[in-house]
Amino acid sequence: MRSDREISRPSRRAVLAGAGLFSLGFHIPGLAPARAATPEAAAAVPEINAWVVVKPDETVVIRIARSEMGQGTLTGLAQLVAEELDCDWARVTTEYPSPGQNLARKRIWGDYSTGGSRGIRESHEYVRKGGAAARTTLVAAAAKGWGVPAGECRTERGVITHGPSGRKTTYGAVAAEAATIEPPKEVVLKDPKDWTLAGKPLKRLDTLPKLDGSQVYGIDLTLPGLLNAAIRDCPVTGGSVKSFDAAAVSGMPGVKRVLQLGDSAVVVVADTFWRAKTALDALPVVWDEGPNGKVSSETIAATLREGLDAGEAFVGNKSGDVAGALKGAAKVVEAVYGVPFQNHATMEPMNATALWTAERCEVWAPTQNGEAALAATAEASGLPATACEVHKIHLGGGFGRRGATHDWLRQAVQIAKEMPGTPVKLIWTREEDMIHGRYHPVTQCRLRAALDQDGNLTGLHMRISGQSILASVAPQRMVEGRDPVTFQGLNPGGPEAAIGYTIPNILIDHAMRNPHILPGFWRGVNLNPNAIYLECFMDELAHAAGQDPLAFRLKLMGNHPKHRAVLQAVADKIGWDSKPPEGVHRGLCQTMGFGSYVAGAAEVSVSEAGELKIHRIVAATDPGHAVNPQQIDAQVAGSFVYGLSAALYGACTVKDGRIEQTNFDSYPVMRMDAMPVVETILMPSGGFWGGVGEPTIAVAAPAVLNAVFAATGKRVRHLPLKDADLRRA
Amino acid sequence: MARLNVNGVVREVDAEADTPLLWVLREQVGLTGTKYGCGIAQCGACTVHIDGAAVRACSMPLSAVGPGQKIVTIEGLAPGADHPVQKAWAELDVPQCGFCQPGMIMASAALLAQNPRPSEEQIRAEITNICRCGTYNRVLAGIKLAAERGQSG
Repeated sequence: MRSDREISRPSRRAVLAGAGLFSLGFHIPGLAPARAATPEAAAAVPEINAWVVVKPDETVVIRIARSEMGQGTLTGLAQLVAEELDCDWARVTTEYPSPGQNLARKRIWGDYSTGGSRGIRESHEYVRKGGAAARTTLVAAAAKGWGVPAGECRTERGVITHGPSGRKTTYGAVAAEAATIEPPKEVVLKDPKDWTLAGKPLKRLDTLPKLDGSQVYGIDLTLPGLLNAAIRDCPVTGGSVKSFDAAAVSGMPGVKRVLQLGDSAVVVVADTFWRAKTALDALPVVWDEGPNGKVSSETIAATLREGLDAGEAFVGNKSGDVAGALKGAAKVVEAVYGVPFQNHATMEPMNATALWTAERCEVWAPTQNGEAALAATAEASGLPATACEVHKIHLGGGFGRRGATHDWLRQAVQIAKEMPGTPVKLIWTREEDMIHGRYHPVTQCRLRAALDQDGNLTGLHMRISGQSILASVAPQRMVEGRDPVTFQGLNPGGPEAAIGYTIPNILIDHAMRNPHILPGFWRGVNLNPNAIYLECFMDELAHAAGQDPLAFRLKLMGNHPKHRAVLQAVADKIGWDSKPPEGVHRGLCQTMGFGSYVAGAAEVSVSEAGELKIHRIVAATDPGHAVNPQQIDAQVAGSFVYGLSAALYGACTVKDGRIEQTNFDSYPVMRMDAMPVVETILMPSGGFWGGVGEPTIAVAAPAVLNAVFAATGKRVRHLPLKDADLRRA
Repeated sequence: MARLNVNGVVREVDAEADTPLLWVLREQVGLTGTKYGCGIAQCGACTVHIDGAAVRACSMPLSAVGPGQKIVTIEGLAPGADHPVQKAWAELDVPQCGFCQPGMIMASAALLAQNPRPSEEQIRAEITNICRCGTYNRVLAGIKLAAERGQSG
């Protein structure tokens, strides 16, 4: 049916779709050739190098290893390659080299992981070199044909010109020859100030198929003979299936199989998903809830409270003598903050499609990390990775849920393994997605600060108590039992996530307390709570010292010029020194994470009845180099939706060992009616590469919470805000 | 067998009467542009038009749709995807992941059909679809742009 539609609309997209199995988003990736060693575009036309294929019709295919999930990395990475390639941007298209191909070619495309806002900042150099090397070989091919020195040739928008003679040729005309030329060992990259494509606010490459329903997401995939599966895992993590009555539903319409998966899940496979789900809903299951059936949000909170005072904790940042500073303080200020679990709630629920035989396993998946997906496929299928392949499908949102654990993908493979030779698509219902997340970790934080007689901050102890993501997701990345990610934004220095204040006596430590609810990397990760804790408390300290919150911070930021610059920028733009409109109140904050410096300022009002309205947000970002300003603007605005959804409404609570929220009715998120104006200040200072997909989320909540305090005098220390009473006392 | 008029084509579909229109469109008709996001009419990713009105197809059983009713999905909104809303979306690069956008576009098109020059307040009240990437401000700008174009064109 879809192919009919494509044929009836012979657009540029449809032409591309016909050109290659791996072109992005314009077709259903079919059953790929079992031993494909190179992407499809390269099968027809030899590649210039791993990153670039130029077709005779001048189409430039740029290979993208990272996953596009809305954040714009596809377009940004293509801009970087195209910049060095000097090709015609209007002719650029993209494709994903598959993880299996990467394995076969000794990781020629490097890391596939798309998280931690790393897509561009960690691959910019090698993808630009790929573009530059391709340009060099294309020029060499033209020069060889003309019998002239390559140094006499120049390139512009896919055209090669021999200066002295004025002869011209095109990339497409010399591509086949270029493919035979040994690529240069060293290339010189352009100075960013000479960029003409990178750094520009170009339109995304992937917009059009998202406007007419033709973009294929994992959940949309169809294959010949495909069956659909619905799953219900034990609602209490750690529990198991005691019994289930397959006979009760096996005669229902469309049902093909009813089976138990592992210890803890039941599955119905049917001809359609709706029939699978309908039968699953009717399937009688008795659970053994296991050891966690009595756990609740209250018991978890009590465990975390104990950690706030525990004698032992992992140290993340320490200098001077905090105990001494507190003892000698003119004034000690103390507060305890806390954040709940959050679900990623991607718009597209978890899903994956798998086809298993005794010899080979193929998976089609919306994954943030193709390589990890391939490893998970191999593990779940019982086959070597070389006998597996993963086809990356466009993601309907990722936010960290689709990269680290691939629990949903493993399930799909395990189901397919029960039905050799039949492709099976597993779709989670929203309810399954809500109660089997990998949640933003739950933590609390006690902050104690010493102020001297002049209101100067002389000591700060931050004790974080709660869950470690790495302990669950990537224990191999722990450092002597410590989870370094816990201290995001609080590190004493470094290029990734350093604190922006110099405090003479400081101790930041973590009492790890891991409840059974599984954590994951949730967009913004630990920077989110850490910025709330530190930046709201800084506001408290300023008020305790009787000082302006901006001035109080700036005094501590002399050694942190980039942190200071973004904070000053939002203060200037929101008019910090001027009186806000009647009834409107302001708050501000700053942090650093994912290699970028960010600050936020908010204008809010709170009615007598306690209703909060966010009128205006100003956000500043210094990512070092900015590859696509209009996409950064979109990421910054979107970050406030994600961050404020959590801060205002979001909480996954636990009762009887299970997550209580099952859909958007009980887990509300921000909608357009609550969306404030967001004014973005992009201030790339050069010299480094920071991420933009995540850091701004961390300033959303503290900017608003500090403004809420200015409006009400009420300090909201436990989120979400909807649980707080903001009525005038 | 039920008979449905989808995007101007009458089709026979083989599904139980209580099957939501969403899944009939996706799994029987093969039009996957209409998305599953929540199944309880909360998120709007499944928005289609029935006789011109925006309807959340996940909560509309097949039995409630008559053979004479005209269903329009994102695939059939406009030939060549040139509806003013789609054109405005392209101009402003509205989508991020894009999963909610078919529903967002269908809801916006229905709003403009009913109210060609909505105020910002009306747009904010009427468009209740969920977008987790956070495209709301561009959606808002897109609807305003489409409204202006609709007026002049």
